[in-house]
Amino acid sequence: MVDIAIIDYGMGNLRSVHQALRAVAPTASIVVTDDPQEVIQAARVVFPGQGAMPDCIRELEMRGLRAAVLHAARTKPFLGICIGLQMLFEHSEEGDISGLSILPGRVVRFASNLRDAQNNKLKVPHMGWNQVQHGNHPLWEGIDQNARFYFVHSYYVCQQDAQFVQATCCYPQSFVCAVARDNLFAVQFHPEKSQGAGLMLLKNFVNWVPV
Amino acid sequence: MLAKRIIPCLDVTAGRVVKGVHFVELRDAGDPVEIARRYDQQGADELTFLDITASSDDRGILFRIIEQVAEQVFIPLTVGGGVRQVEDVRNLLNAGADKVSINTSAVLNPQLVADAAGRYGSQCIVVAIDAKQIQPGRWEVFTHGGRQATGLDVVEWAKKMQALGAGEILLTSMDRDGSKIGYDLQLIRAVTDALEIPLIASGGAGTLQHLADGVKLGGADAVLAASIFHYGEYTIQQAKQYMAQQGIVVRL
Repeated sequence: MVDIAIIDYGMGNLRSVHQALRAVAPTASIVVTDDPQEVIQAARVVFPGQGAMPDCIRELEMRGLRAAVLHAARTKPFLGICIGLQMLFEHSEEGDISGLSILPGRVVRFASNLRDAQNNKLKVPHMGWNQVQHGNHPLWEGIDQNARFYFVHSYYVCQQDAQFVQATCCYPQSFVCAVARDNLFAVQFHPEKSQGAGLMLLKNFVNWVPV
Repeated sequence: MLAKRIIPCLDVTAGRVVKGVHFVELRDAGDPVEIARRYDQQGADELTFLDITASSDDRGILFRIIEQVAEQVFIPLTVGGGVRQVEDVRNLLNAGADKVSINTSAVLNPQLVADAAGRYGSQCIVVAIDAKQIQPGRWEVFTHGGRQATGLDVVEWAKKMQALGAGEILLTSMDRDGSKIGYDLQLIRAVTDALEIPLIASGGAGTLQHLADGVKLGGADAVLAASIFHYGEYTIQQAKQYMAQQGIVVRL
């Protein structure tokens, strides 16, 4: 049995996630895998994602990984990253498609012609280092309030249910950038590319024992 | 608030970091892995590697450099130079790049940008544009390391690349590159105002004020610089503190 399975459904580069986990858990066995059985048997699961959500969902289905993702999200420490967060919800505006419906909520696009308080144009994708206001979940242990994480996304989670919200970010309106429920935690930003704060979050995930 | 990014650029040839003036006269700046580590420690927001010779012999060396950097540095890495097909994009991503920059090949084959963005997502496709002023308020796209004119208007070209799926534009003023007299602010402003996607300003930064100007006057989302960091004139941290004093939001 492996300690950490990173789910690979063919949507690009998982090397960064793998390297970062290796850096915080040097003795753990970590695999990048598209084998549903390996995902089901792993102690912890990381569900990354990049690119367009419709492609991600399609590739996940084609590889027969949907059931394994649902199983992991219900039963073991589970970390969703970027599109891996967005896919957990019921619906996305990107391609007007259904998600995995593990959590209630919808994924919507940032408005065009966004402006900040000084009337400067805000670009989409929301790309770069932004501040995160977080709750007191164990995965935030040792991470400063308003620490900066690296984001790159054009869609975000429109979450009505405050009980799942674990962090927010502003662009320019506040949006949800981390959610949690039981054994599940998911973030919009890329901890694997967020230097010290990101590695700390990954380390906390590797050591996390959900109650 | 979202921070403006400072991105040191490492021009790599034969396994070394070099820097030219107006795209020629190369000067050695050191070992890429060591330099990458130093910039990461100083608080660089991203790193960009450009393979400026992009010969097949050098390719293996570049991959090893990227692999080594990606093992130690946990910030976004952009790699460009010699990207001709979707396969090249895939190989660079697999080596540890987070974004791939496409320049000449985007002009020769614009479909490459659409195909690469379609396959790997816009977030990892940067289109690099080398721009040269041809008359006041007008700039032309050049390719092949700035040697070949294309007849394309820079603003129109940037918009087309955005429409095809580029996630970001890296805009270099050839007139200013290596000159250390400051970015071409008029160029940056013209392009950034025409785009929805982020713009990285490049070419000409020689002082910390130039970096601040690129953001405040040019309207760039990120500033890229090489010489002022490579030869120890300023650290990234000094640049950020200077920009913060000017009221620019940076990651300190």
